[in-house]
Amino acid sequence: MIGLIDVLGPHHVPSGLSTNIISDISQLLTYHFMVNAFAAGTIVAIGASVIGWFMVLRRQTFAGHTLAVIGFPGAAGAALLGASITLGYFATCVAGAIVIGLIPRSPSGRPRGSESALIGTLQAFALACGVLFVSLYRGFLDQLTSLLFGGFLGITNTQVVTLALVCLVAVCALAIIGRPLFFASIDPDVALARGVPVRTLSLIFMILVGLAVAEASQITGSLLVFALLVMPGAAAQRLTNSARYSLMISLASAIAMTWCALGAAYYSIYPVGFYLTTFGFALYLLALAIEWMNNTRSSRSRARLRGSGMRA
Amino acid sequence: MQPLVGISNMLLLPFMVHAFVAGGVIALASGLVGYFLVLRNQVFTGDALSHVAFTGALGALALGIDLRYGLYLGCVGVALLMGFVGRRAVVDDVVIGNVFSFVLGIGVFFLAIYATQSQASTNATAGVNVLFGSMFGLSFSQTMLDIVIGLVVIAAVMALGRPLLFSSIDPAVAEARGLPVRALGMCFLLLVGVTAGEATQAVGALLLLGLLATPAGAAQLLTSRPWLALFLSAAIALVSVWSGLVLSYAFPNLPVSFSILALVTVIYCVSWGVALFVTPRHRRPEF
Amino acid sequence: MDDTPTPESSRYPARDHEPIVRFRDACVEINGRTIWRDVDLEIAPGDFAAILGPNGVGKSTLVKVALGLLELHFGLVTVLGGPPGEQRQQIGYLPQRRSFDPSLRVRGIDIVRLGLDGGHWGIPLPKQFLRATTRDRQRRVDEVIALVGATEFAERPIGQLSGGEQQRLLIAQALVQRPRLLFLDEPLDSLDLPNQSAIAALIHHISATEGVTVVMVAHDVNPILPYLDRVIYIGPGGAVSGTPREVITTETLTRLFKTPIEVLSTSDHRLFVVGQPEPPAFHSDRHVHETHDHHLHQHSSDQRDVAPPHQHRVVP
Repeated sequence: MIGLIDVLGPHHVPSGLSTNIISDISQLLTYHFMVNAFAAGTIVAIGASVIGWFMVLRRQTFAGHTLAVIGFPGAAGAALLGASITLGYFATCVAGAIVIGLIPRSPSGRPRGSESALIGTLQAFALACGVLFVSLYRGFLDQLTSLLFGGFLGITNTQVVTLALVCLVAVCALAIIGRPLFFASIDPDVALARGVPVRTLSLIFMILVGLAVAEASQITGSLLVFALLVMPGAAAQRLTNSARYSLMISLASAIAMTWCALGAAYYSIYPVGFYLTTFGFALYLLALAIEWMNNTRSSRSRARLRGSGMRA
Repeated sequence: MQPLVGISNMLLLPFMVHAFVAGGVIALASGLVGYFLVLRNQVFTGDALSHVAFTGALGALALGIDLRYGLYLGCVGVALLMGFVGRRAVVDDVVIGNVFSFVLGIGVFFLAIYATQSQASTNATAGVNVLFGSMFGLSFSQTMLDIVIGLVVIAAVMALGRPLLFSSIDPAVAEARGLPVRALGMCFLLLVGVTAGEATQAVGALLLLGLLATPAGAAQLLTSRPWLALFLSAAIALVSVWSGLVLSYAFPNLPVSFSILALVTVIYCVSWGVALFVTPRHRRPEF
Repeated sequence: MDDTPTPESSRYPARDHEPIVRFRDACVEINGRTIWRDVDLEIAPGDFAAILGPNGVGKSTLVKVALGLLELHFGLVTVLGGPPGEQRQQIGYLPQRRSFDPSLRVRGIDIVRLGLDGGHWGIPLPKQFLRATTRDRQRRVDEVIALVGATEFAERPIGQLSGGEQQRLLIAQALVQRPRLLFLDEPLDSLDLPNQSAIAALIHHISATEGVTVVMVAHDVNPILPYLDRVIYIGPGGAVSGTPREVITTETLTRLFKTPIEVLSTSDHRLFVVGQPEPPAFHSDRHVHETHDHHLHQHSSDQRDVAPPHQHRVVP
């Protein structure tokens, strides 16, 4: 694992958290690579959580997982060919997204029946190709873990700019198609009857998913994209039925999660991917707990009303 | 003459012999168990186990014990847990995906602990081995254990064959006939857990489905006779593993697990081709 | 059709004229809810009997009790002279709505074969090693497939066959062990009309030639009406059993349901029962619909499992 010691040199090991958070944060931000990391992380959190919110709504989270797995050999292949890893991620994830978007009966939810063997084979083969590329590139352990499980060290300025641009484009596109997409997600038959181009929107959205997955992979790694892509949106949708509020909660929690995870990863030996999945999952469990409490409270009050002879 | 000389030279090397024998047994076990896994629509269980295998093995490593404890304990435990919980709770994609990501994250945590504990880089490769297999690094004792476990699994599948087939295809009637459908299901999951643990050592946690699902998927494309498909599934797995070993021996640049997966995927694609173009129209699989 | 009463002292006598299935004062409860009670019926050997009643009244439950899959809360049931669940080899069973996943790649003939030796341990050996008895088994499989008229398509993967073709093979599977008693749970409900009459005729033919007693759950009596010896009509107060002419009448059914029921007969002798009350739906139905109010609910074309009433609440 690349440790901070390797990057900073032996004399610059961070002294650990002191009681003054402000001084900790300002110390953190004196390093340019950390500024980049926070910038990139925030950008990715925005793009991934918003697009991911729609993925949860449309039950297409499994497609996200498949695309992420496909992205791994893409990124590894790019490294082997000397191209930028960012490019590798984007190219393969979007290509895969287009394929998934075009197949009429493709399983963007979890496949059933004989499709499972097909998807399982595809994913295993993709991962195997990724291993091949990484081993040919001879960057074995460190490269591998950062591609699979994420990292925040060594994010270049170009990367930040690229991520920002792509995120901007994606979010703008989503803002434009947002309302018809929402309609088509909730009620495709009625939307189609009203003239909403459901199939085109699905394809466009799938491409946006590809972009979001490629972005998220650069922070969380290919295998842990759910942390930024799905967990915030899933938690938010359990907490409230209002689309506007759950989107905002999703966004805010994703950003908060990313900042905390980056900070925690900076001060400890554990990689950022682990912190992201743990914080994300904790948020998700919290949301489930709150939802469950609300449900029991409301059903108890309904029972009380019924018992007292009033109409619920 | 050259290839034969090459092969006999290869088999003089102890680590190659270990790899062939252990790999062969693991392949057969995976092919047999995998056939029923695909038949019973439980490929998803294999997917779950690949995440648990990683985390379990690395947890054991982080604790300083043999990784196989964590590996087998995790795989068998979760497989049986999924049996108890049953099909109904496992409907929501989002819950599943979140849980899997969390489990993997914990595995990464263990990996970090383990990597910093073992300063020597040779030891740190255990993490990669768990992810992507380690067929060439087996010691004699490891091989023996793998062989014994694999043979037990093979024998169990053969013994349970017919009742398992019946209760997989036709649970209602099988139950009416007095077959212990639920018990058979749990036994099967136990076998799946054990086989997943074995296969992880061969091709790695992430590539498990390449041995568990792909040979079975290919076999079911080639024939609809169940017993022939069962045999084919085992045979395809065996051919893939052995050819993969030879390929990686000949071209050391290729990681073993990649060679095995590449070959089994090629066979799978060929099976699709056969199914779509060669099989008489009325027997073709639906797309 | 024999009405000799059984002496109370011997609870499970085994005489040839004995009813092959008998229920006395039977009552079944599931989760504390009484499904039916005070059910008295007898089915004689060789009968072609139908179990009728409105949806949800518990027809399948009655079959499950006879098979030994469910226990009676109260009362007595005798099957083939003994308690249910004992003589499994002699009973064939076709459960309700069993259609196979279209991608299931197993041949029809193998499905039938399972009916014969699916319970034996081990795996079958290739043909060269078969002993004489095993070859006999293969012959029996071929024979029963010919009986149901499925020889043409038995080698094809079962998932690709039509509903009627699948049903024929499934009937063959139920018959392959030469059972004395055959239970069919709504075998015609997913078939189109021509197939319904064809399968109904087939079942009658089997019953007549193989001497099998057939008990069939149906929700529409018309396809099998010409062949029936006996009808068992289940209602809230119990069950009425007798010939179709006796049971499916306005008077009998009104008495059974304690509410005005009319039996209408069309010019081509089809019967329609008008006014059957539907029993209340299961409790868990309401849960499934309730949860959908709380969350953004989407009807996308993605395949999504709809939870049947008896499962746990699915969290969306």
